[in-house]
Amino acid sequence: MVNSLFESCLKYCREFKFLKKVKKMQSKSHGVAHWKLQRISAIAMIPLVIWFVSSLTFSLINSYDQSVAWLQNPLNATGLVLLFGTLYFHAASGLQVVIEDYVHNEGLKIMSLILIKLLSILLGVLSILCVLKIYL
Amino acid sequence: MSRQRPLSPHLQIYKPQITSMLSILHRATGIALSIGSVILVLWIVALTLGENTYLMYSNLINNWFGKLIIFGFTFALFYHLSNGIRHLFWDAGYGYDLKHAYISGVAVIISSLSLTSITWLIVYLRVV
Repeated sequence: MVNSLFESCLKYCREFKFLKKVKKMQSKSHGVAHWKLQRISAIAMIPLVIWFVSSLTFSLINSYDQSVAWLQNPLNATGLVLLFGTLYFHAASGLQVVIEDYVHNEGLKIMSLILIKLLSILLGVLSILCVLKIYL
Repeated sequence: MSRQRPLSPHLQIYKPQITSMLSILHRATGIALSIGSVILVLWIVALTLGENTYLMYSNLINNWFGKLIIFGFTFALFYHLSNGIRHLFWDAGYGYDLKHAYISGVAVIISSLSLTSITWLIVYLRVV
């Protein structure tokens, strides 16, 4: 009894040490969080894209007045803010993976990663501000 | 990483299959959509700047080239949407075996082509 307890304690300690070692070897780039956020933004994009394309197709927002009137509906404004925000988050995380896969020069890789992030923040903020300005 | 090592897949001896082509097309459409999203930003910016700018934007889009770009954009969007849903099923652990990977691949081609044609058919019928 005591012996087996001692054995399992020892096993536990060994596993703990092993886990600590594994933890030290893990990449510090937060791959799991990135992977999850990419899927979450992908799931969010499904209803947003279907809504946006179908409302453009069915209501034919053509002229200036039609577009402004469409955007002054609070539901449409909310949808567009969510669409632009999710779009540029999703685009940035997708392009990040492509760059990490194909750009092998370390300096070029970091520079293009930063450029992608800044550009998507710029386009996301710009488009959301425009939606708000028309809505308000 | 100083030595030049060959990168996988070895493209010179690689036999293309529908599954790998669809996978590459998912990335290609993702990149194309990211660039094409600027059309949407220009739309909303032109709308904010007023009627004159909006007319300039309309003239920029309203020709055969602009329409071709937007047609391509919708196809890329529907393809990325359909294949993205296929990817989410894989992430959840479904449809990994070869048979189902092929079936879902064909389904993605059919759905993206038909969604694109249905959308433009509706637009065409409403405009005419």
